[in-house]
Amino acid sequence: MEYNASTLLPLLPEIVLLSAIAVILIVDLFLDQAKRFFTYGLSLAALVATIAAVMASGSDHSQTLMYGAYVRDAMSDVLKISLLSVGIFAFVYARSYLLERGLFKGEFYILGMMAILGMMIMVSAAGFLSLYLGLELLALSLYALVAFDNKSKSGSEAAMKYFVLGALASGMLLYGISMIYGGTGMLDFAGVAKAVASGETDKTVLTFGLVFVLIGIAFKFGAVPFHMWAPDVYQGAPVVVTAFLGSVPKIAAFAMAMRILAQGLGGLGPDMGWEGWQGMLMILAVLSLALGNIVALVQDNIKRMLAYSTISHVGFIFLGLLAGAGKGYSSAMFYTIIYALTAVGGFGLLAILSRKGVEAEYIHDLKGLNQRSPWLALMMMLILFSMAGVPPTVGFFAKLFVLDALVNAGMLWLALVAVFFSVIGAYYYLRVVKAMYFDKPISQAAITAGTDARIAISLNGLAMLYYGIFPASLLTLCQAAIQSL
Amino acid sequence: MSADWPILSAIIWLPVLGGLLVLFSGDKAPNVSRWLALAVAVLTFLISIPLWTGFDASTAAMQFEENIPWIESFKVNYHLGVDGISMPLILLTTFITILVVIAGWQVIQYKPSQYMAAFLIMEGVMVGVFAALDAMLFYVFWEAMLIPMFLIIGIWGGPNRVYATIKFFLYTFLGSVFMLVALVYMYFQSGSMEILGFHTLKLGLTEQILIFLAFLAAFAVKVPMWPVHTWLPDAHVEAPTGGSVILAAIMLKIGGYGFLRFSLPITPDASSHLDWLIIAMSLIAVVYIGFVALVQKDMKKLIAYSSIAHMGFVTLGFFIVFMIAANPEVQTGAILGVQGGMVQMVSHGFISAAMFLCVGVLYDRMHSREIADYGGVVNTMPWFAAFMVFFAMANAGLPGTSGFVGEFMVILASFRADFWFAFLAATTLIIGAAYTLWMVKRVVFGDVGNDRVAALQDVNKREVLVLGSLTLAVLALGLWPEPLVKVMDASITNLVNHIAVSKL
Repeated sequence: MEYNASTLLPLLPEIVLLSAIAVILIVDLFLDQAKRFFTYGLSLAALVATIAAVMASGSDHSQTLMYGAYVRDAMSDVLKISLLSVGIFAFVYARSYLLERGLFKGEFYILGMMAILGMMIMVSAAGFLSLYLGLELLALSLYALVAFDNKSKSGSEAAMKYFVLGALASGMLLYGISMIYGGTGMLDFAGVAKAVASGETDKTVLTFGLVFVLIGIAFKFGAVPFHMWAPDVYQGAPVVVTAFLGSVPKIAAFAMAMRILAQGLGGLGPDMGWEGWQGMLMILAVLSLALGNIVALVQDNIKRMLAYSTISHVGFIFLGLLAGAGKGYSSAMFYTIIYALTAVGGFGLLAILSRKGVEAEYIHDLKGLNQRSPWLALMMMLILFSMAGVPPTVGFFAKLFVLDALVNAGMLWLALVAVFFSVIGAYYYLRVVKAMYFDKPISQAAITAGTDARIAISLNGLAMLYYGIFPASLLTLCQAAIQSL
Repeated sequence: MSADWPILSAIIWLPVLGGLLVLFSGDKAPNVSRWLALAVAVLTFLISIPLWTGFDASTAAMQFEENIPWIESFKVNYHLGVDGISMPLILLTTFITILVVIAGWQVIQYKPSQYMAAFLIMEGVMVGVFAALDAMLFYVFWEAMLIPMFLIIGIWGGPNRVYATIKFFLYTFLGSVFMLVALVYMYFQSGSMEILGFHTLKLGLTEQILIFLAFLAAFAVKVPMWPVHTWLPDAHVEAPTGGSVILAAIMLKIGGYGFLRFSLPITPDASSHLDWLIIAMSLIAVVYIGFVALVQKDMKKLIAYSSIAHMGFVTLGFFIVFMIAANPEVQTGAILGVQGGMVQMVSHGFISAAMFLCVGVLYDRMHSREIADYGGVVNTMPWFAAFMVFFAMANAGLPGTSGFVGEFMVILASFRADFWFAFLAATTLIIGAAYTLWMVKRVVFGDVGNDRVAALQDVNKREVLVLGSLTLAVLALGLWPEPLVKVMDASITNLVNHIAVSKL
């Protein structure tokens, strides 16, 4: 391939973001604390500019570049725009929280953008190597973010756990990748797929590789039994970091699962042994649904409760994935995007309610929110009902599309399992709604959220309703993206 | 016939948007939100009147249809329309909502704008349930109904409201998710979400039975039928008066409506196979729950149990059809059962609303629902006593009131199926009279029970307006049910003919 600048055009979003990170990193050095808002503003501008770059440089057909290491297709575009948008929400929620705790430093936004860059690379990875690079960039930024409040013991503990377990999972993933490389001789997904399809590869080696790779994916998603890190990290990290960590990376994890499982190892599907990787996902999904929903019932810490709720939502995403091509992948994609948007709102509201020196993280901190601020309570209610999957919020459609995919794939019993656990799940979301609407407030302190955060949470909550009433807009995008793979 | 303008959409979205407006009007000037809510409710009712006047009773086809694509890639449409079964229920909804708004005028002092908004949004959503012809649209409205009701009971309810409302939510949610799976399954089979398309969808017997049971899980909880009725007394007791009225008058009807729109026409063979189950559950509701009502000490609980017993008549009427059709000695009469069930639904909508409003009138003054706290109310509240006795008579099924018509039709139909069914159903005329009149005796008649009763004020103009309009409705339907029966006739005949044909 001849090199000229125009061949790099599909990389424009990453180039824009990386340049912006570099500039902001330097600019931030010369700002004193009072002018730190520039960093904040510039970071938001950088994310918006990256979204614009994704839209401007897109093309109708998928493009592979960098010698098959990188791909730009409709799925990557949709996922990138989603993760950038959700990232913007997380950044906005973070501002006043960080400011009040003396943590308003440029590093938060730099690390956040680095993580986003890593995720963009994961989303666009066309081979194991670039995927792994993106993953590590994401993971390292997240480890640092979790420990961002260096005076917080629980934060440091969470970061340590996350780091050790994350490193272990990365190791597993690498080990699996090496086996697949050994079995197929290829590192790019298209090549792996071809080698698997040829049938001349050693199935045993591939199966071992698959298992280890799947463990890596399950860890990133936080699926049972690789979920142990999630509750501790969600609870220990500052809530604004949890908002980021609990939402955006799920989109990247979805991309990772799609690229590796559907594109690379699609040939190791049901016909190779007990249901192939779909069978493994089935076990992970049912376990995640059961454990996530049941353990969440008894949590009083909302961050921890939402961690378990995330685990159960991952179960749903896996159900979509294992329902496979046709409706399955697009339903899982829809679910992931909507989940990220919902989760960032849930944590964002906790960030808004946290004041200087007071963390809003227990259910009783939300008591009587309807009396303190009816609007915020309404937004939170929309978010919670969306998580529970009650129409007219979008969470219902996310679940519906997955159920439909399952029924289409002839897995009616899994659909029944899924709805059964979502009824159990509804209870703990109702507990929070109950605290907000039916209980008397404990504290009457005014809510001191900035205008930016208030606008963000309003958009976030109303998005639940908007996509619930007009789900077609996003669904069509997801379907088109999956079809073009 | 189709309307020149989207009348059904107007009836759905006007109250929803009006409700949001009321919500944003806030609580700084509560009277503004009250008047605004009343205006929206009245306007909605006025808009819904053309549904009746412009209705073509000679056809079973859907009328006032609207159909635009909603989620195209999923083949889900925003498809609305009414027939003779759903149209009366929509009018019932818009009518009762006005009364609920008026009834909550003064009583609700805590966040009245949210209260009014919840009821208006609820109204729009319930009309949506009755008008939806797309299964997904139906389900969205069906579930969306839960949220305002959950808040109404939880925010404005009695002391044990949190338990009651969470129980209510989870019970109904559990019931409906299985219906969702059934709907998705039929979507997979038929390739569309059209309810009318489901009616003609060929299904094997096993499939039908599973789908029927999934529907039963949703509708039986909503009706509610014995043995899944236990959420209702809790919810009723704890709900504010308005909430009880909506719950009894309309939400319970949605379960009955579901049987007519989904279970019977979609799974006729399973319905015919399992009709013994529904008939047994209905008769247990009529007889056993009637006895349970007899021993209640709490007025609202008593009326709640009486609602369950009366709804037993509805389901009995719907499912007796198969036995009548199977009985070689009778040629006609199958239609009578369904008609009776429908009349009973509308009539119960009026009567139960009136009964709960009567209890509300007393509760607002004494803050007690215990029968034992009352006695001799007639001495201090003669006008109120007249209303209460009248509605109690209607509840007991006195000829001349609407309560009589439905029960009589169902009992008559049961005779054609089996004497003993009719016999058991007819015991309600005794048990129902016993529990209702005994309550009235203890509350209304006798000597003045205590000082608080002695200090009671009679009903004010607002309450007279509410109770008076219900009196008229009960009398009108009782003396001259013909118009209602006529409107439903074509649709019900069509339904009965449809289910007589096996899908196997």
